[in-house]
Amino acid sequence: MQYTLTRQAKERRRRENLVGYAFMLPSLLFFLGFVIFPMGMALVTSFTNYSMTEFDFVGLTNYIRAFNDPVFQKSTLNTLIIVLVSVPAVTAFSLWVASVVYKMNNVSSSFFRIVFYLPIVTGTVAVTVVWKWMFNNYYGLLNYVLKNVGIIANNVNWLGNPATALWCIITILFTTSIGQPIVLYISALANVDPSLVEAGEVDGANHLQVFWKIKWPQIMPTTLYILVITTINSFQCFALIQLLTSGGPNNATNTIMYNIYYHAYKLNEYGYGNAMGILLALLIAVFSFIQFRIARTENE
Amino acid sequence: MQTSVQKVTPYRVFAVMMLLALVVFFTFPLYWIITGSFKDVQAVNSAVPVWFPTNPTMDNYQRLFERPAISWLLNTIFICGMAMLLTCITATMAGYAIAKKRFAGRALIFSIFIMAMALPKQVILIPLVKEMSFLNLHNTLWAVIFPTVGWPFGVFLMKQFSENIPGSILEATRIDGAGEVQTFIQIVLPMVAPGIGALAIFTFISAWNDYFMQLLMLNTRRTFTISVGIAKLQDEMSNDFGLIMAGAALAAIPIVVVFLMFQRFFTRGITMGAVKG
Repeated sequence: MQYTLTRQAKERRRRENLVGYAFMLPSLLFFLGFVIFPMGMALVTSFTNYSMTEFDFVGLTNYIRAFNDPVFQKSTLNTLIIVLVSVPAVTAFSLWVASVVYKMNNVSSSFFRIVFYLPIVTGTVAVTVVWKWMFNNYYGLLNYVLKNVGIIANNVNWLGNPATALWCIITILFTTSIGQPIVLYISALANVDPSLVEAGEVDGANHLQVFWKIKWPQIMPTTLYILVITTINSFQCFALIQLLTSGGPNNATNTIMYNIYYHAYKLNEYGYGNAMGILLALLIAVFSFIQFRIARTENE
Repeated sequence: MQTSVQKVTPYRVFAVMMLLALVVFFTFPLYWIITGSFKDVQAVNSAVPVWFPTNPTMDNYQRLFERPAISWLLNTIFICGMAMLLTCITATMAGYAIAKKRFAGRALIFSIFIMAMALPKQVILIPLVKEMSFLNLHNTLWAVIFPTVGWPFGVFLMKQFSENIPGSILEATRIDGAGEVQTFIQIVLPMVAPGIGALAIFTFISAWNDYFMQLLMLNTRRTFTISVGIAKLQDEMSNDFGLIMAGAALAAIPIVVVFLMFQRFFTRGITMGAVKG
């Protein structure tokens, strides 16, 4: 009796495994083939001089080259500036917008969500067409407005000047980054337990106290998620640069991702490009780890 | 949602005014693309901005359609449609399996999916280009479709939705003698339909705007998507601003319309996709 039962149980488990993997199979094929395999390839080829003509193991040569390459250093610095400016700005601004919008009725709240999402939906290529004109040296809107208001006397070549070009990129990146955080914050703020807020108000806490002591800890998981996705996206800033400045002037807007593209795709130095890609992945991992640690201590 | 009476404080008045000013700023690019696409040469190149086209012209669109802009648009639609279809099928199956089937290695597979999501997507693009050449898929639309389907976000999202299926219902259908496939189609699919809707629209919009992948994978005029086509136009015809505006309008308007139509599903997709807790 006992024996047949375990056999049945075994049979049932075998079936469960079989069915489970049958349902997983299509997804696993795509995931292994087009995410895990290229990831492994990136790691392996980063130790080779893989190019159009060669494919030899060269150890750490690519990594050493990256650390000594002034262009890579410059692009890393630019990437870090983008991340350190845009991540706090996007997070704080989207929290502010959400805090104003979440109390509104459904129609107005949807309206604002849609508006702030528009630049992403419109698409990077289409949006940069407009920005390119706004920043244009001769007939751009920015020069026109600033000259009329009297802030500048002569036209500024915003994208052609090393002092301003990176800030132009950061501004556009900002407008294409806040849509998702705003949607997430609105939903998180709407889900804050109202009884806690009422209890706080009964105890005489003012608006700011209610926000920082009651709401902020409750939306912490959302904040962490927003920090992580915004960091990952900012680190990978590429399309704006390829479309607007090609990394120039004089590498003032070169980012790690653009540098990878340039070496791997334009110069066919796949090995070197992939080594920089691995370094970028490590850098992002370190940042995400730090954010998790800070969020955890904040919550305790 | 209770309709609490909102106190009108000076801060709130100021905040709403600020938001409305920002609305102008955020809708301006789209407004400028659409109006710009109907402007004649003088209006579009004027040093003093022409806020509205006074003599609207279809000239820009005529020149745009002399290039294969329609085929670029069709390529984009094919990529988005296929990526959407395949992602929904594979992710719904896998999400259901991870949520409801106790197979060996389930937890491990799920953590690998989650970890992959945190990795920079663009870093794998360079090796993907090589992989597609080996597979003889480089410069075909499939080279853009397959990696989009492989991205684990959909599995994660559909797992979240499948969690809500009560185990008792699945058990009851099993006792009634329904097979696995039958259970999946008749019981599971209707219950996770809102999730599939959210995933479909999310995949469609992200695929439409995945310019980097399209740029790397597609490099002949025949296979261009609308994004890549417009980017190339901007390179080659940088002085023909009206033409570029018409191209940008053609790239933006269809996807903005899709977004406005399915905005509710889309919002649900990104809020459900956020890691809870």
